[in-house]
Amino acid sequence: MATTFTLIKTYTLATATASFDFTSIPSTFTDLCLKLSTRSDYTQIYDPIGLQINGDTTSTYYTRRLYGNGATATSDAPSNPSTVAAIGLSVGASSTASTFGNLEVYFPNAFGSTQKSFSCDAASENNATTAYATFTANLWTGTAAISSLKILSANGTANFVTYSSASLYGILKA
Amino acid sequence: METRIEINCTTGEVTEIELTQAELDQRETDRIAYEMEQANKEAKAADKATARTALLQRLGITEAEAELLK
Repeated sequence: MATTFTLIKTYTLATATASFDFTSIPSTFTDLCLKLSTRSDYTQIYDPIGLQINGDTTSTYYTRRLYGNGATATSDAPSNPSTVAAIGLSVGASSTASTFGNLEVYFPNAFGSTQKSFSCDAASENNATTAYATFTANLWTGTAAISSLKILSANGTANFVTYSSASLYGILKA
Repeated sequence: METRIEINCTTGEVTEIELTQAELDQRETDRIAYEMEQANKEAKAADKATARTALLQRLGITEAEAELLK
Protein backbone atom coordinates (compact mmCIF):
# COMPACT_ATOMS: atom_id res chain seq x y z
CA MET A 1 0.00 0.00 0.00
CA ALA A 2 1.35 3.39 -0.96
CA THR A 3 2.18 5.81 1.83
CA THR A 4 1.55 8.65 -0.58
CA PHE A 5 0.14 8.94 -4.07
CA THR A 6 0.87 12.52 -5.01
CA LEU A 7 0.01 14.37 -8.19
CA ILE A 8 3.24 15.83 -9.51
CA LYS A 9 1.80 17.51 -12.57
CA THR A 10 -1.15 17.18 -14.93
CA TYR A 11 -1.71 18.84 -18.25
CA THR A 12 -4.58 18.93 -20.76
CA LEU A 13 -3.82 19.95 -24.32
CA ALA A 14 -5.25 23.21 -25.64
CA THR A 15 -3.84 22.49 -29.11
CA ALA A 16 -2.74 19.36 -30.95
CA THR A 17 0.84 18.33 -30.23
CA ALA A 18 3.32 15.58 -31.06
CA SER A 19 4.30 14.66 -27.52
CA PHE A 20 3.99 15.29 -23.80
CA ASP A 21 7.42 15.74 -22.23
CA PHE A 22 7.62 15.62 -18.44
CA THR A 23 10.99 17.04 -17.42
CA SER A 24 12.82 17.70 -14.12
CA ILE A 25 10.86 14.94 -12.36
CA PRO A 26 11.60 15.21 -8.64
CA SER A 27 13.38 12.20 -7.16
CA THR A 28 11.68 12.47 -3.78
CA PHE A 29 9.49 9.43 -4.48
CA THR A 30 10.13 5.71 -4.87
CA ASP A 31 7.72 4.96 -7.74
CA LEU A 32 6.03 6.87 -10.55
CA CYS A 33 2.61 6.40 -12.11
CA LEU A 34 1.60 7.98 -15.40
CA LYS A 35 -2.05 8.23 -16.41
CA LEU A 36 -3.07 9.23 -19.92
CA SER A 37 -6.33 10.08 -21.60
CA THR A 38 -5.53 10.51 -25.26
CA ARG A 39 -6.86 10.58 -28.77
CA SER A 40 -4.73 11.19 -31.84
CA ASP A 41 -5.24 12.14 -35.48
CA TYR A 42 -3.75 8.82 -36.66
CA THR A 43 -6.05 7.47 -39.40
CA GLN A 44 -6.89 4.20 -37.66
CA ILE A 45 -9.26 3.24 -34.87
CA TYR A 46 -6.20 2.75 -32.64
CA ASP A 47 -3.06 4.72 -31.96
CA PRO A 48 0.15 3.01 -30.74
CA ILE A 49 1.47 5.01 -27.81
CA GLY A 50 5.21 5.11 -27.18
CA LEU A 51 7.35 6.22 -24.29
CA GLN A 52 10.99 7.27 -23.97
CA ILE A 53 12.91 7.80 -20.75
CA ASN A 54 15.53 10.48 -20.09
CA GLY A 55 15.63 11.46 -23.76
CA ASP A 56 17.01 8.05 -24.73
CA THR A 57 16.15 7.41 -28.41
CA THR A 58 18.50 4.44 -28.79
CA SER A 59 17.50 0.77 -28.96
CA THR A 60 17.17 0.21 -25.23
CA TYR A 61 13.48 -0.64 -24.87
CA TYR A 62 11.94 -4.12 -24.70
CA THR A 63 8.24 -4.97 -24.73
CA ARG A 64 6.10 -8.05 -24.17
CA ARG A 65 2.50 -7.44 -25.09
CA LEU A 66 -0.93 -9.03 -24.68
CA TYR A 67 -3.85 -7.43 -26.46
CA GLY A 68 -7.38 -8.13 -27.59
CA ASN A 69 -9.68 -6.36 -30.02
CA GLY A 70 -13.05 -7.93 -29.31
CA ALA A 71 -12.49 -10.81 -31.72
CA THR A 72 -8.99 -12.16 -31.16
CA ALA A 73 -6.39 -12.11 -28.43
CA THR A 74 -2.74 -11.87 -29.32
CA SER A 75 0.50 -12.17 -27.42
CA ASP A 76 3.67 -10.87 -29.04
CA ALA A 77 6.87 -8.93 -28.68
CA PRO A 78 7.08 -5.92 -30.97
CA SER A 79 10.49 -5.42 -32.55
CA ASN A 80 12.92 -5.73 -29.65
CA PRO A 81 15.01 -3.86 -28.79
CA SER A 82 13.31 -0.73 -29.96
CA THR A 83 13.99 3.01 -29.85
CA VAL A 84 10.68 3.51 -28.10
CA ALA A 85 8.74 1.51 -25.54
CA ALA A 86 5.38 0.36 -26.89
CA ILE A 87 3.06 1.00 -23.96
CA GLY A 88 -0.36 0.37 -25.45
CA LEU A 89 -3.01 1.19 -27.98
CA SER A 90 -5.12 4.28 -27.50
CA VAL A 91 -7.73 5.92 -29.71
CA GLY A 92 -7.07 7.05 -33.27
CA ALA A 93 -9.06 9.27 -35.60
CA SER A 94 -11.31 6.49 -36.93
CA SER A 95 -12.82 5.64 -33.56
CA THR A 96 -16.11 7.19 -32.52
CA ALA A 97 -15.83 10.98 -32.42
CA SER A 98 -14.90 12.57 -29.11
CA THR A 99 -13.86 9.30 -27.47
CA PHE A 100 -10.53 8.99 -25.71
CA GLY A 101 -8.47 6.00 -24.69
CA ASN A 102 -7.02 5.57 -21.22
CA LEU A 103 -3.62 4.21 -20.34
CA GLU A 104 -1.69 3.76 -17.12
CA VAL A 105 2.03 3.13 -16.69
CA TYR A 106 3.58 2.13 -13.35
CA PHE A 107 7.31 2.51 -12.72
CA PRO A 108 8.41 0.73 -9.54
CA ASN A 109 11.79 1.83 -8.14
CA ALA A 110 11.93 4.66 -10.67
CA PHE A 111 14.93 6.34 -9.08
CA GLY A 112 17.16 3.34 -8.41
CA SER A 113 20.38 2.51 -10.23
CA THR A 114 19.20 -0.67 -11.95
CA GLN A 115 17.44 -1.24 -15.28
CA LYS A 116 13.86 -0.02 -15.16
CA SER A 117 10.93 -2.36 -15.68
CA PHE A 118 7.45 -0.94 -15.96
CA SER A 119 3.97 -2.24 -16.66
CA CYS A 120 1.15 -0.69 -18.65
CA ASP A 121 -2.52 -1.28 -19.19
CA ALA A 122 -4.63 0.49 -21.77
CA ALA A 123 -8.14 0.48 -23.16
CA SER A 124 -9.33 2.24 -26.25
CA GLU A 125 -12.92 3.30 -26.74
CA ASN A 126 -15.08 2.87 -29.81
CA ASN A 127 -18.83 2.55 -30.34
CA ALA A 128 -18.29 -0.31 -32.78
CA THR A 129 -17.25 -3.96 -32.80
CA THR A 130 -13.52 -3.36 -32.54
CA ALA A 131 -11.73 -1.71 -29.65
CA TYR A 132 -8.47 -2.64 -27.99
CA ALA A 133 -7.34 -3.64 -24.53
CA THR A 134 -3.58 -3.85 -24.10
CA PHE A 135 -1.31 -5.07 -21.34
CA THR A 136 2.45 -4.74 -21.64
CA ALA A 137 5.54 -5.52 -19.63
CA ASN A 138 8.41 -3.24 -20.56
CA LEU A 139 12.07 -2.82 -19.80
CA TRP A 140 14.39 0.12 -20.30
CA THR A 141 17.99 -1.02 -20.02
CA GLY A 142 19.19 2.38 -18.84
CA THR A 143 20.21 2.48 -15.18
CA ALA A 144 19.90 6.18 -14.41
CA ALA A 145 17.14 7.52 -12.21
CA ILE A 146 14.14 8.59 -14.25
CA SER A 147 14.25 12.35 -14.68
CA SER A 148 12.15 12.83 -17.80
CA LEU A 149 9.43 11.03 -19.74
CA LYS A 150 8.30 11.61 -23.30
CA ILE A 151 4.92 10.25 -24.41
CA LEU A 152 4.38 10.14 -28.15
CA SER A 153 2.42 8.47 -30.86
CA ALA A 154 4.78 5.69 -31.90
CA ASN A 155 3.73 5.62 -35.54
CA GLY A 156 5.79 8.76 -36.11
CA THR A 157 3.12 10.79 -37.86
CA ALA A 158 0.25 11.51 -35.52
CA ASN A 159 -0.43 14.28 -33.04
CA PHE A 160 -2.39 14.06 -29.83
CA VAL A 161 -5.54 16.09 -30.23
CA THR A 162 -6.98 18.85 -28.03
CA TYR A 163 -8.24 17.68 -24.60
CA SER A 164 -5.81 14.78 -24.46
CA SER A 165 -4.29 14.81 -21.01
CA ALA A 166 -1.36 13.37 -19.10
CA SER A 167 -0.94 13.17 -15.33
CA LEU A 168 2.19 12.10 -13.47
CA TYR A 169 2.01 10.86 -9.89
CA GLY A 170 4.72 10.15 -7.36
CA ILE A 171 4.38 7.25 -4.96
CA LEU A 172 6.37 6.94 -1.77
CA LYS A 173 7.22 3.56 -0.23
CA ALA A 174 4.63 1.53 -2.11
CA MET B 1 4.22 23.69 -37.49
CA GLU B 2 4.59 20.61 -35.30
CA THR B 3 5.12 21.12 -31.61
CA ARG B 4 5.69 19.26 -28.37
CA ILE B 5 4.55 20.18 -24.87
CA GLU B 6 7.25 20.34 -22.23
CA ILE B 7 6.02 20.15 -18.64
CA ASN B 8 8.66 21.05 -16.07
CA CYS B 9 7.69 19.09 -12.97
CA THR B 10 9.89 21.17 -10.67
CA THR B 11 8.87 24.68 -11.71
CA GLY B 12 5.41 23.80 -13.03
CA GLU B 13 6.19 25.71 -16.20
CA VAL B 14 4.52 24.40 -19.39
CA THR B 15 6.06 25.32 -22.72
CA GLU B 16 4.97 24.60 -26.27
CA ILE B 17 8.10 24.05 -28.34
CA GLU B 18 8.41 23.75 -32.10
CA LEU B 19 10.01 20.46 -33.14
CA THR B 20 13.62 20.74 -34.27
CA GLN B 21 14.77 19.25 -37.55
CA ALA B 22 16.40 16.42 -35.59
CA GLU B 23 13.08 15.68 -33.88
CA LEU B 24 11.24 15.76 -37.20
CA ASP B 25 13.85 13.38 -38.62
CA GLN B 26 13.33 11.09 -35.62
CA ARG B 27 9.58 11.07 -36.27
CA GLU B 28 10.22 10.07 -39.85
CA THR B 29 12.51 7.27 -38.63
CA ASP B 30 9.80 6.15 -36.20
CA ARG B 31 7.21 6.21 -38.99
CA ILE B 32 9.31 4.02 -41.26
CA ALA B 33 10.12 1.59 -38.44
CA TYR B 34 6.45 1.33 -37.46
CA GLU B 35 5.30 0.79 -41.05
CA MET B 36 7.95 -1.90 -41.54
CA GLU B 37 6.84 -3.65 -38.37
CA GLN B 38 3.21 -3.51 -39.50
CA ALA B 39 4.14 -4.80 -42.96
CA ASN B 40 6.14 -7.67 -41.46
CA LYS B 41 3.26 -8.56 -39.18
CA GLU B 42 0.79 -8.52 -42.09
CA ALA B 43 3.14 -10.63 -44.23
CA LYS B 44 3.49 -13.23 -41.45
CA ALA B 45 -0.29 -13.34 -41.03
CA ALA B 46 -0.76 -13.75 -44.77
CA ASP B 47 1.85 -16.54 -44.88
CA LYS B 48 0.10 -18.30 -42.01
CA ALA B 49 -3.29 -18.01 -43.70
CA THR B 50 -1.88 -19.40 -46.94
CA ALA B 51 -0.25 -22.31 -45.13
CA ARG B 52 -3.51 -23.01 -43.27
CA THR B 53 -5.52 -23.06 -46.49
CA ALA B 54 -3.02 -25.43 -48.09
CA LEU B 55 -3.10 -27.72 -45.07
CA LEU B 56 -6.91 -27.84 -45.04
CA GLN B 57 -6.88 -28.74 -48.72
CA ARG B 58 -4.40 -31.56 -48.10
CA LEU B 59 -6.55 -32.83 -45.23
CA GLY B 60 -9.69 -32.49 -47.31
CA ILE B 61 -11.64 -30.58 -44.65
CA THR B 62 -13.35 -27.23 -44.61
CA GLU B 63 -12.57 -24.24 -42.42
CA ALA B 64 -15.75 -24.91 -40.42
CA GLU B 65 -14.69 -28.52 -39.85
CA ALA B 66 -11.24 -27.38 -38.77
CA GLU B 67 -12.88 -25.13 -36.17
CA LEU B 68 -14.54 -28.21 -34.66
CA LEU B 69 -11.11 -29.67 -33.98
CA LYS B 70 -10.14 -26.74 -31.71
